[in-house]
Amino acid sequence: MLNIFRRPEAGAAAGFILIFIFFSVFGWEKNFLTPLGASTWLNFASKVGIMAIPVGFLMIAGELDISVGALIPAGGIVLAMATGLFGLNIWAGIALSFCVAGFIGYINGMLVTRTQVPSLIVTLATLFVVAGLNAYISKQLAGTTQHSLKDVGPISEFLMGDYHSLIFGDGDSKITIFRSLQSSFFIWIGFAAVCFFVLHLSPWGNWIFAMGGDQDSARNAGIPTSRLKIALFMLSAMAAAMVGMTEAVLANTASTTTQFGMIFNTIICVVVGGVLLTGGFGTVTGTVLGTLTFGIVFQGINFTTFDKDLNMLFIGVLLLVAVLMNDTFRNLATSASTAKKKK
Amino acid sequence: MSERKPVLEMRNVDKSFGPIDVLHDINLKVHEGEVLCLLGDNGAGKSTLIKTMAGVHQPTRGEMKMDGKAVRFNRPKEAQEMGIATVHQFGGTYPLMSIGRNFFAGVEPTKGWGPFKIFDRKTANEIAVREVQNFGITRIDDGDRLVGGLSGGERQSLAIARAVYFGARVLILDEPTAALGVKQAAHVLRIVNEAKRRGLAVIFITHQVMHAMAVGDHFAVLIRGAIAADFRRGEKSREEIADLMAGGENMASLEAAIDADVQEHPAE
Repeated sequence: MLNIFRRPEAGAAAGFILIFIFFSVFGWEKNFLTPLGASTWLNFASKVGIMAIPVGFLMIAGELDISVGALIPAGGIVLAMATGLFGLNIWAGIALSFCVAGFIGYINGMLVTRTQVPSLIVTLATLFVVAGLNAYISKQLAGTTQHSLKDVGPISEFLMGDYHSLIFGDGDSKITIFRSLQSSFFIWIGFAAVCFFVLHLSPWGNWIFAMGGDQDSARNAGIPTSRLKIALFMLSAMAAAMVGMTEAVLANTASTTTQFGMIFNTIICVVVGGVLLTGGFGTVTGTVLGTLTFGIVFQGINFTTFDKDLNMLFIGVLLLVAVLMNDTFRNLATSASTAKKKK
Repeated sequence: MSERKPVLEMRNVDKSFGPIDVLHDINLKVHEGEVLCLLGDNGAGKSTLIKTMAGVHQPTRGEMKMDGKAVRFNRPKEAQEMGIATVHQFGGTYPLMSIGRNFFAGVEPTKGWGPFKIFDRKTANEIAVREVQNFGITRIDDGDRLVGGLSGGERQSLAIARAVYFGARVLILDEPTAALGVKQAAHVLRIVNEAKRRGLAVIFITHQVMHAMAVGDHFAVLIRGAIAADFRRGEKSREEIADLMAGGENMASLEAAIDADVQEHPAE
């Protein structure tokens, strides 16, 4: 029985269940639990979630990435300019957007591994550099900071930015499985499944944990720590660009506005999900649960009778409680084997 | 003296960092199934010496031989491939990873095919638990437990068992008992004896004379980068070794000086 609580996701799961029940009760009147209501917070969670997983990977590896705030708009405007300005096909535009983001991630990784400057500072710098470039290039080339998207075909729209519903029957016997879920939700779930495989099943996951646990020992054990770290920075940058592109396709427009709020949102999701800020510990399941919890708290207040101004206060309390709870669960996990065995 | 070839030998090794000489004319040998204790005070050059053995530094002059053949390690990896493993105090263990994952960090066993190769948790856990138990740590019986829950001695033992499993022939133990209590230190010393029994050449770095005397066959005292004494088990008493380590200065005279100082300035 106690072993369930020793699982690394225990804290995040408990937090999610509590928050879910809380809002289900207080948001019942305003349809928090209906498929349409759920889509509100699931769609919001999916965007943070796509970035939270690779940012969580970096945190497990002992690093941070806050440049995502500028990479979201970068992803969107590169796609918009590629299709609108240069007349590229949408798929080429998507590929180009990933390449640009990958390149910025590569620079982040190189700077962090070569200079030993803390990644918080390096990515803070690239956050502003990319934010500046977004506005400058956009104005120089297109003369505007708002781009409308061209050449979005039915397939790309379906995959990147559309609303999906699954409803059986009609009239009174109608069964709604989900309604108005954005494409980004499915991208998130698929991405989470791949990331779960990488972190928890493949040998690479072991490398990421080892790197965050003790970098020198990891290098001594033959793990290519620098290359792996660069790859992780590239992954988080590309995930942010993905979010930017889904937003652009959904709204048919891309803007250069830097999303500073999203930086905090991703970090909150990762930490609520039980990833240790100092590295070496965390799970994909936990991060996904943390993101769901955050999504519910962030959007759920609209379903309740509480004053909306209390939203930020709720999130702050959530963060503190989650971190304290995760610490407790983690201590349980490490203390597990010191318990004296009675024979 | 034995006529066996030493596994690792250093001949007239000097090491300088720019104008600063750190090691002078080091001559050392270590044989299979033998524990060489490297004693020395802080700053005596112990860590430079072991880093030179492990390929982190290259000797400025002199040569290193393995099995009688001259070798030069340009990187730590090359030394590792030749079977020289260094175990630092808590090095090589990750507190928040399971025992199985710790044991195989960097060399994970996998099953499956192509891009879907997955970490073989069961095999990893089985081997890790078996190897650690063979070293006498029977309390470890579940490879899924996190290493953070083990005692310092057990973590050290895990790191040693790991090095041995991956083919170490020369085991460099850097202060393995420094931060441990009496019981835990005894634990580690038992592991050192077991490694020796298995025919490994062990280089045991410490400044605790008692620990060295418990397992050592051969002792070398390092003072200011040079070997001040080189003797075998039973040739010197504990007091003599402690004196040597204190820089050759007689501990008794030092104690007398302290006593005199205390009497002159009694505590208010």
